[in-house]
Amino acid sequence: MTIEELEQIAKSVQQENAKYEYEVNVCMDLACSSQGSERLRAALQKAADSSGKSVLVRRTGCMGPCSSGPLVRVDPEETLYHHVDSGHAEAIVSSLGASPVPTLQCDLNEHFEKQVRVVLENAGHIDPEKIDDYIARDGYLALLKALTEMTPNEVIQQITVSALRGRGGGGYPTGLKWGTVAKAVGDLKYVICNGDEGDPGAFMDRSVMEGDPHRVIEGMAIAAFAVGASKGFVYVRAEYPVAVARLTTAIRDARRRGLLGNNICGTTFNFDVEIRLGAGAFVCGEETALIASIEGRRGSPRPRPPYPAVSGLWGRPTLINNVETYANIAPIIRNGGQWFANMGSERSKGTKVFALTGKISHTGLVEVPMGIKLREIIETIGGGVPAGHTFKAVQTGGPSGGCIPAEMMDIGVSYDALMAAGSIMGSGGMIVMDDTSCMVNVARFFIEFCMTESCGKCIPCRAGTAQMHTLLTRICNGSGTMDDLDLLIDLCATVKETSLCGLGQTAPNPVLSTLKYFRNEYIDHIVHKRCPAGVCDIQTPAPESSNSPFEVLA
Amino acid sequence: MRKNGFARYALIETLHTVQSSFGFLDDDAIRFVARSLRVPLSQAYGVVTFYHYFSLKPPGKHTMTICSGTACYIKGADKLVAAAEKRLGVTCGQTTKDGKISLMTARCVGACSRAPVVLCDGEVAGEMAGDRMLEQLERWAVE
Repeated sequence: MTIEELEQIAKSVQQENAKYEYEVNVCMDLACSSQGSERLRAALQKAADSSGKSVLVRRTGCMGPCSSGPLVRVDPEETLYHHVDSGHAEAIVSSLGASPVPTLQCDLNEHFEKQVRVVLENAGHIDPEKIDDYIARDGYLALLKALTEMTPNEVIQQITVSALRGRGGGGYPTGLKWGTVAKAVGDLKYVICNGDEGDPGAFMDRSVMEGDPHRVIEGMAIAAFAVGASKGFVYVRAEYPVAVARLTTAIRDARRRGLLGNNICGTTFNFDVEIRLGAGAFVCGEETALIASIEGRRGSPRPRPPYPAVSGLWGRPTLINNVETYANIAPIIRNGGQWFANMGSERSKGTKVFALTGKISHTGLVEVPMGIKLREIIETIGGGVPAGHTFKAVQTGGPSGGCIPAEMMDIGVSYDALMAAGSIMGSGGMIVMDDTSCMVNVARFFIEFCMTESCGKCIPCRAGTAQMHTLLTRICNGSGTMDDLDLLIDLCATVKETSLCGLGQTAPNPVLSTLKYFRNEYIDHIVHKRCPAGVCDIQTPAPESSNSPFEVLA
Repeated sequence: MRKNGFARYALIETLHTVQSSFGFLDDDAIRFVARSLRVPLSQAYGVVTFYHYFSLKPPGKHTMTICSGTACYIKGADKLVAAAEKRLGVTCGQTTKDGKISLMTARCVGACSRAPVVLCDGEVAGEMAGDRMLEQLERWAVE
């Protein structure tokens, strides 16, 4: 495969598509397909066949505003239809060439206006199971450019210039990580893609893997070339069967086209990718635990250093990046690092995909430039909280993150600003809460999650989260005291400082951030024995003796 | 196993295959896998119990899985769990005595935009209301 051949394929796909007058794209992402978009696609195909018009009906990845699904977009007019079911198929097909169906047309200009699509540029435009669709949209051009025109050092240089930071949540500079692995001594190196999206409430990695799988593979191949690796693993949650199937197809097609395997593009570069399945353990998102899981062991983290960049999978230098990080690589190589660095805020460059969920009008995936104000995401893009309720807080970063209250909606979204607000960027879940959510109960929910997901290797995390859960449960059901609150704060500090891995170190964040901004709700539960949101079931206080805080020891 | 060349690191892959064929992992299956891959039985058992995805008990004829991710929780998944537990008389992770229905919770199926989500025999159903879920359970119960 050479660049000329790639351009040839792109051209033939474009010619093929040009034969059709209209393109009808049907979103087949999980949210839309659970509402019957497969039936819809079949109905549209049938209507198109019998109408005599030349129409291409295409299945695509996530288009974004999932709450309006199933979604259909008609090109070239780019008319977006929402809440379409198979009964509307005839109407849509017969409207082609005339004015669009007014009842189904979706008015989401504000939703899309503020977004900048880099990672999601192909989602909703290509059939994820067709490699040629991807190639027609400049796919694999970056890989071939890197292989034929650049040295590994130049690739790393471009990534460093772009100032891309790890999208898994930590925000470690990607260029620096690649440089470390490239410099590490070893004849065999590995590249791992972390697709164990354990953060409940986030699903952008799933959408990228399902909607644009080749993008991830191309990013991994470029990374492998840059650091000198010859083998890659994609670690995917077993809960995402569609992502696994799409990636399997994508890897097979890429091998057939000679874009994976030996002597890629006629060079001496060899690279192949394998899929590894997770089995439901949140801690496996931690890099050392993930490596253990790929090796077929329990996913327990180990102390660092040595970092995986020096001694990772089977003791070899290993590069681990998140799905979204790899998805950013191809456009950076194609357009240059400076192009990427021109987007975003001062210390956080580029764009970030967020999964906007919870009590908000337009749930779904959004991609925004870094530095955008939280208020713009929630009110303009998300359409605000449904009528009748008031916005209370937004939770970012999953169980490791924190809650940001309504008063702080004017902070810009970046790694540092969110960190300063007591939360983290995390992988990009954004859960909006209104006045019907009790913050103490939310904190208890996250601690319960961390308690069950703790791998049990280190004591602060294993026993600490269990004790925190006991205390929070007592506060929730009205039997907590002010001493409990002090003990809780003390415990948070201990768990945060002394835990082995990221799970334990960040587990107290939801408690600390809710305590910081919503302390009065805790006081209400303890002193006034009432839950302001009406969520907690507060009983008449039980006698103190029956509830010793040290009763449950994990 | 042959696909992965009987490699020891393929333990999790092999267990996935066994579970998808038989629905669960019993002692014999774990013993067989451990022996074939030359992995200590303790390690194989440790892996099976560590990961939530593996089940040691046979599932019921139908499985109702309620997503307990954050977005679903905010939108009231805890109430769905309580309603289902009350209807079936079992707690999460258990199967009814007649072996018809298993009630499970999942950590997040990634359909958060349609929260709260339940999986009826693996089929995603979004924006679930309590009565709709109970209807489904009722249909399964009388089957």
